[in-house]
Amino acid sequence: MFSWDLLANAVVAGVLLGGFYAAVSLGISLTFGLLDVVNIAHPAFVVLGAYMAYMMNTAFGVDPILTGVVLMPVFFLVGAAVYRIYYGSFERRGEEALRGLVFFFGVLFIIEVSLSLTYGVDYRMVEAGYIGKSIDLGGVGISFRLLVPFIVGLVMTLALHLFLSRTFYGRAIMGVSQDRLALRLMGANPVRIKTIAFGIGIAAATLSGTLLIAIAPVVPSTDRDYIGRVFAITVLGGLGSIGGTLVAALILGIAESLMATFFGPSWSLAVSFGVLLLALAVRPAGLFGR
Amino acid sequence: MGPVLVALAVLAGGILLASLRVNPYIYFAGYVVLQYIVIATAWNILGGYAGYVNFGTPAFFALGAYTAIFLMEAYKAPLPVLIVAGGLVSAVLGLGIGYLTLRLRGTFFSIATLALSVVLQTLIINWDFVGGAKGFTVIRPSPPFFGNWALLLFTVMVGMAAAAVVVARFIERSWIGRGLSALRDNEEAAECMGVPTLRLKLFATTISGFFLGVAGAPFPYYVTYVEPASAFDLNYAVNALAMPMIGGTTTWIGPVIGAVLLGTAQQVATVTISSELNLLIVGVVLVFFVVLAPEGLVGLARRLRGR
Amino acid sequence: MSVPVAGALLAVDGLTKRFGGFTALDQVTVHVKPGERFGLIGPNGSGKTTLINCVSGALRADGGRILFEGRDVTGMPAHRRTRLGIVRSFQIPKPFTSMTVLENLGIPLEYAAHARTRGGDAADEALELLRAIGLESKARLKPAGLTQIEMRKLELARAMAARPKLLISDEAMAGLSSAEVDDILAILFRMNEQGITIIMIEHIMRAVMRFSERIVVLDAGTRIAEGTPDEIVRNPAVEKAYLGE
Repeated sequence: MFSWDLLANAVVAGVLLGGFYAAVSLGISLTFGLLDVVNIAHPAFVVLGAYMAYMMNTAFGVDPILTGVVLMPVFFLVGAAVYRIYYGSFERRGEEALRGLVFFFGVLFIIEVSLSLTYGVDYRMVEAGYIGKSIDLGGVGISFRLLVPFIVGLVMTLALHLFLSRTFYGRAIMGVSQDRLALRLMGANPVRIKTIAFGIGIAAATLSGTLLIAIAPVVPSTDRDYIGRVFAITVLGGLGSIGGTLVAALILGIAESLMATFFGPSWSLAVSFGVLLLALAVRPAGLFGR
Repeated sequence: MGPVLVALAVLAGGILLASLRVNPYIYFAGYVVLQYIVIATAWNILGGYAGYVNFGTPAFFALGAYTAIFLMEAYKAPLPVLIVAGGLVSAVLGLGIGYLTLRLRGTFFSIATLALSVVLQTLIINWDFVGGAKGFTVIRPSPPFFGNWALLLFTVMVGMAAAAVVVARFIERSWIGRGLSALRDNEEAAECMGVPTLRLKLFATTISGFFLGVAGAPFPYYVTYVEPASAFDLNYAVNALAMPMIGGTTTWIGPVIGAVLLGTAQQVATVTISSELNLLIVGVVLVFFVVLAPEGLVGLARRLRGR
Repeated sequence: MSVPVAGALLAVDGLTKRFGGFTALDQVTVHVKPGERFGLIGPNGSGKTTLINCVSGALRADGGRILFEGRDVTGMPAHRRTRLGIVRSFQIPKPFTSMTVLENLGIPLEYAAHARTRGGDAADEALELLRAIGLESKARLKPAGLTQIEMRKLELARAMAARPKLLISDEAMAGLSSAEVDDILAILFRMNEQGITIIMIEHIMRAVMRFSERIVVLDAGTRIAEGTPDEIVRNPAVEKAYLGE
């Protein structure tokens, strides 16, 4: 059952969704794309952020995105701590391949099960002023609960891009990803740079989590839905390219939205997995990869 | 021949234990622990020997279970057929995922397996022939031996565990095992020293997938009601990692030790604490071991003996 | 592109390799005669390692051909080239860390050498190789217990265990003392006497000059000079490439 209206709505929704997906993937683009740390626990931090927003929202009526912004420094420190453990236990000894992966899986697992124990398996949502409102643009309805995260996602992407290209630490992070020796000669400590980058990645993850719960209700196992998406986007966009992440996220958002509109929502996960496998098989360097 | 004889003796022991018909709880709990021996051993062939981490154990296990369901429903196939078919289908899955991702870095293989379970679960949920989201109720024929399915399945699982361990031990001590060790230690150097790394990796994923599927195939008979959530249960994912990690990943003994210790502990724990808390503890123990004692108990024992 | 010289053991013709927009090798042609001691030199970043990565199979070339004993190996996976007799050692040693020194040699013996000639007891042959290189006493140790030069020797011993026809030694002497350099050099001379063709990549000039019968110089991905050590030393283009950076 096809109509241009339906298509237009699906594409627009997909674009908005894509902006949000970009927000979720920024952290991985940074930690995996640039720093080669395979933090598969990333989606768990996203969901953790969502639950923080839920808690603040139900207890004090705080807007979820505000919670995210306020909590960013806290999660920056959490991310830094996690990286330090990872570095000390694995990276320094060159054993990051097997054991580092298992470590992050353990972290993912612990976060998900802890959330399950604390909050149970019912769906949780938040209340905010803009959820439930929408505007009409030439026949296409744009709901605020998608629009606001989309805008925040774009802002985050731009902010990260500016940070990486204009600030000292940002450029140092780019430097670490390319030439560790040159960085040492510059007088910067690679481990410190990576710690900061990882902290930013986790902070971005939790902020995006607060966007997530504004869009849709969450359960502890929601993290598993995003594993495929996040890595599909990062691989497709090209490891290390922030702009590429945004483009890939938009592509995935639109693909999922079209799939959901014309074939039913339960297939959206298959889309991201298919994209991931396709990207790996055809061009693992991604669209904009180095 | 020696290990095969031991395996047959173990199987004989299992049959004997079954015919004694002691406290039925022994057979239920025993089935679960033995199933974990198969799962942990299978995971370790790829994870421990070759160094490639499979996070998608539930996918392979559930595929074995659902292949069995499909054949049961479509052809009323008997148990041996279900087991072999379950193994073969999961083996093909392993080969497929391997072929797509193993020419790249190991991390991509791991990421793909992580996403795999979720996707496969979605597919199964949408497949009504095998029950879909509502689940599938198994109607078992009358058991050909022992007159009691619990006893029969227990014996079957004893046989599977023995077979898996024999195969793992054989691989470990053969030229294949040495090649896998080389590629685990340094894949680039192994390839340059003549080791056909891609072929060995595909071999390991296929064998690993086979035994995971074989472990899952009797599952429908065991539980009699299968729904996707239980077949794709997260505890298979974490236990498949934790048991070899705790026991020790470099030899066939490690997964067995890990499965027996952790499996028994969890069986005891589920009566006292919630299954989620149980899972949490397993997760914490896993992280603890991977950070502090990555060689597992076998490794610690070796160090104590001064080797 | 040139027609392959008859009788060349290794013929690299017009080899090109690009990384994104950067051309690491540009139509490089190199022919190595059987039994030759061949030197490959050039400033940092000139493409030497890229070249041997393409020859050994670690990288796939974007253009050109590689012939070994007249056979086209351009698309062949690395492990098959090793079995044909192209063996390389690594600049930074890559031993198999979970195995003993002896077992490290067992891998190429089992996978590369026995693929060509069946029979022979692997352990004995491995010990013999260790004896020849002076590592016999370390046979049961793990690589973690070796010194820097012992690791380099293990790297060469492991390459020998693959029964090479062509050995590519990638900066095996970097960072070693003068006496250690002579030690490694003696080992390489001995290998060559046994009939193994050797390509040596080195920055230590006195070693390259002493060892090589013929030298090719690379700079920025192209071949800029070829000749005997004497000719190379007097070549102004070579001097410019090294000093003009």
